[in-house]
Amino acid sequence: MNVYGRRLLINRLGIGVSMIAMAFGLAALMWILWTLFSRGFAALSWDFFTHDTPAPGSAAGGLRNAIVGSLLIVGLTTGVSTPIGILAGIYLAEFGDTSKFAASTRFVTDIMLSAPSIVIGLFVYALMVVTLGGFSGWAGSVALSLIAIPVVVRTTENMLRLVPASLREAAFAVGAPRWQVSLKVSLRSVRAGVVTGILLAIARVTGETAPLLFTALNNQFFSTDMSQPMGNLPVVIFQFAMSPYDNWVHLAWGGALLIALLVLAINVGARLLFRQTNTP
Amino acid sequence: MSTLEMSGMAVRRPLDVQAPQIDVFKRQDRLFHRLTLLFAVLVLAALAGILISLTIEALPTFRAFGAAFLWSDVWSVPDDRFGALISIYGTISTSLIALLIGVPVSFGIALFLTESCPVWLRRPLGTAIELLAGIPSIIYGIWGLFIFAPLFASHVQPWLQSLFGDLPLIGGLVAGPPIGVSILAAGIVLALMVIPFIASVMRDVFETVPPVLKESAYGVGCTTWEVVWNIVLPYTRVGVIGGIMLGLGRALGETMAVTFVIGNANRIATSLFSPGNSIASVLANEFGEADPGLHTSSLFALGLVLFVITFLVLGLSRWLVQRANARQGN
Repeated sequence: MNVYGRRLLINRLGIGVSMIAMAFGLAALMWILWTLFSRGFAALSWDFFTHDTPAPGSAAGGLRNAIVGSLLIVGLTTGVSTPIGILAGIYLAEFGDTSKFAASTRFVTDIMLSAPSIVIGLFVYALMVVTLGGFSGWAGSVALSLIAIPVVVRTTENMLRLVPASLREAAFAVGAPRWQVSLKVSLRSVRAGVVTGILLAIARVTGETAPLLFTALNNQFFSTDMSQPMGNLPVVIFQFAMSPYDNWVHLAWGGALLIALLVLAINVGARLLFRQTNTP
Repeated sequence: MSTLEMSGMAVRRPLDVQAPQIDVFKRQDRLFHRLTLLFAVLVLAALAGILISLTIEALPTFRAFGAAFLWSDVWSVPDDRFGALISIYGTISTSLIALLIGVPVSFGIALFLTESCPVWLRRPLGTAIELLAGIPSIIYGIWGLFIFAPLFASHVQPWLQSLFGDLPLIGGLVAGPPIGVSILAAGIVLALMVIPFIASVMRDVFETVPPVLKESAYGVGCTTWEVVWNIVLPYTRVGVIGGIMLGLGRALGETMAVTFVIGNANRIATSLFSPGNSIASVLANEFGEADPGLHTSSLFALGLVLFVITFLVLGLSRWLVQRANARQGN
């Protein structure tokens, strides 16, 4: 076989194998989504949103307490991690250009971005559950905040670095103090990007299960008391999916669908927001 | 000259008058600086806090077993004797299987998206992959438990056994009863979880290749495969390795996708079909009901080991990227 024919053959083989790999991967992912939607929608009903998680062996039930618990925990997480993340991001972008401290903070943020979430759960267990004497919604929120903050810090810093120097200089030239330049000029001009980062952080923590296992734990009953163990969707899904009861497994699929839809919606929203403000 | 001086004078006088205002601004700026610094320190302190608290909690274990904790394969709650080897083995083997499957598939997806996909399909397909990367891992986990593992046991495992079971060496890898939940099943589910992640990183870096480079290669008659293999991959090597390492970091620390399908058995299996456990799955299963004392402490020690492993992987990938950047002079 001549050289040309061999090269063409290698090309077809290489591309062909890559395409098969791709088809296999995409098919499996579609399969996961299809299963999730067909089983999940079958579980959704009015009771699903209005009843609390059932006791072992009892029929029906819903996930009201877990949905409310998740909303509370994630809501508090957002409230805590937004200001902390933005201010730390401002420091890195505006003050810490070349310092060793800023460089190591950046490194640590990168590590925390991909740190195993279950280890963060262990840390918060040692920090709060042991010392405060019990599992609580507060501890769950702290654990999730530790995961969300690095995301917000990173996007805020990256966004602020996109602000043209001329914009800052113009603000300085009219005599604005540094904090006003940072908050009212730089940060405001990249508002959409920063909000996108916050949304991505929320999407990230909404489905996190491992850090809640040893912090918020779970609560079979409806509760809005953050100082008590608190029901939340991911842990309920985990426990119910592993259980021998059919109606629990059913509810687990419904909960999984709810979480997936929520995360997808937040991600799509973040994308739309970012695209809208970045196309002239 | 005189006008300049005059304008200088004109500016100076109102400034003098407003001196108190400037002092206020200065004080506010100092406060703002310290406030942002405080929160940056907080981020740094969180990591230090994690390392310190895990180490403190793990101390009794290391005092009792010494460094041998790391390579002991005993994990017995009744005897109060613990070793990390079984779960370290499970963590690393499932992650390696995930990369072995996930990297070629991700490469295929990235290749398709950047080279051979029709232009109108590029954006929706790329967005779909990115959205899939955001799906919580617990969903991969329950899919693995209810759909994948039973199918794996009834169809894939017998088939693999009939194919490889009689071969020397490889036969051992597929030995054992086909029950679905196993190291291999966990590796495959993990692979599916990291594919969207690695694929979207790879696509992003493939798109940074200057079109001129590819066009000149096509211009001298290269095939698509040659362009990808000889131009795109060498140009994006650093980014690709960084993406793979990030995927590895995810796979190592993943709890939910693994816990459902690994089988949670406490032994080192030479066969990929045997159930096993990983550091994260042991933590998820045992920590809630662990007795205070050596058992809890050993679980903290496992967490510390996991954290150090991911720390090393991530640090290594960053170092590689930085070194390559420095060599390229940016």
